[in-house]
Amino acid sequence: MSWLKGILREIFGLFVDDGSFAMAILAWLVLLWLALPHLPIAPQWRSVILFAGLLAILVESVLRRVRQR
Amino acid sequence: MLVNWTHTGPTVVAAFLASLVEFVEALTVVLAVGVVRGWRGALMGSGAATLVLLAIIAILGPALMRIPLGMVQLVVGTLLLLFGLRWLRKAILRAAGVIALHDEAAIYNKQAQALRREGASAGWDKIAFATAFKITMLEGIEVVFIVIALGAGGIGLLLPASFGALAALAVVVALGLIVHRPLSRIPENTLKFVVGVLLSAFGTFWVGEGLGLTWPGQDWSILGLIAGYLLVATIVVPTCRGRAITAPSAP
Repeated sequence: MSWLKGILREIFGLFVDDGSFAMAILAWLVLLWLALPHLPIAPQWRSVILFAGLLAILVESVLRRVRQR
Repeated sequence: MLVNWTHTGPTVVAAFLASLVEFVEALTVVLAVGVVRGWRGALMGSGAATLVLLAIIAILGPALMRIPLGMVQLVVGTLLLLFGLRWLRKAILRAAGVIALHDEAAIYNKQAQALRREGASAGWDKIAFATAFKITMLEGIEVVFIVIALGAGGIGLLLPASFGALAALAVVVALGLIVHRPLSRIPENTLKFVVGVLLSAFGTFWVGEGLGLTWPGQDWSILGLIAGYLLVATIVVPTCRGRAITAPSAP
């Protein structure tokens, strides 16, 4: 069964490499899902906010990794 | 036609390039198994894994069709986003010199040495079979996920995504038969950078659709997302390179 565990670990690793990076992405999506319907933001700007947040998470994570080097 | 091409074109390209990277990685290990341990075990291991993967597709494909599109887009989009942004983050760090580049020749040599250390098997070579099976399963599962994720985002996208993956398989198998060495000349790190951008863009779009958001320019926004991720990633690479050089080393 160790080979099966290995494969499952690898599958998990496909999506999660840096735990805090993955958590930040999921937290951003949940926050938008919960908050956006209640905020007075024009519909066309909501998708832009989604994208901008994801870019910010990516850049922050990359810069954090560089600092940790 | 507008809707078709803005989705279909990037879907085929993303599936082709992403699958190409995965198949090249699988080929490196299968070649090492074949050369060191013999081709019977290598081909049987890869063949068995391919059958398992086909069974997964046969089960998952129709099951996904029964789930409402919005739900599929949200769940698959989230997974695609995690997968794509992980690739893009790693590709940026590699391009900036923060982490080591992926080297197929080095992986081949390391794998070949490990297989030689195992010693010869009498009769049925379990090591050759298991090694080829495992690498084909691991890389194949990534391809299956990419095809299903790209194909699940809209009606009629599974076919172009599958076509892209099959074309990549044909290219890698043909090159493997001709070259008979790891395909280290394929610019894998650049491909991963491009694939990371494409998958992140698709993931963002599907998640937005799943959340019921309105995209400016509708389907054309996929191209805008690709351009946005590419622009930011290419700006971040030199910034990181500069910081990585000037940063004091850890004690």
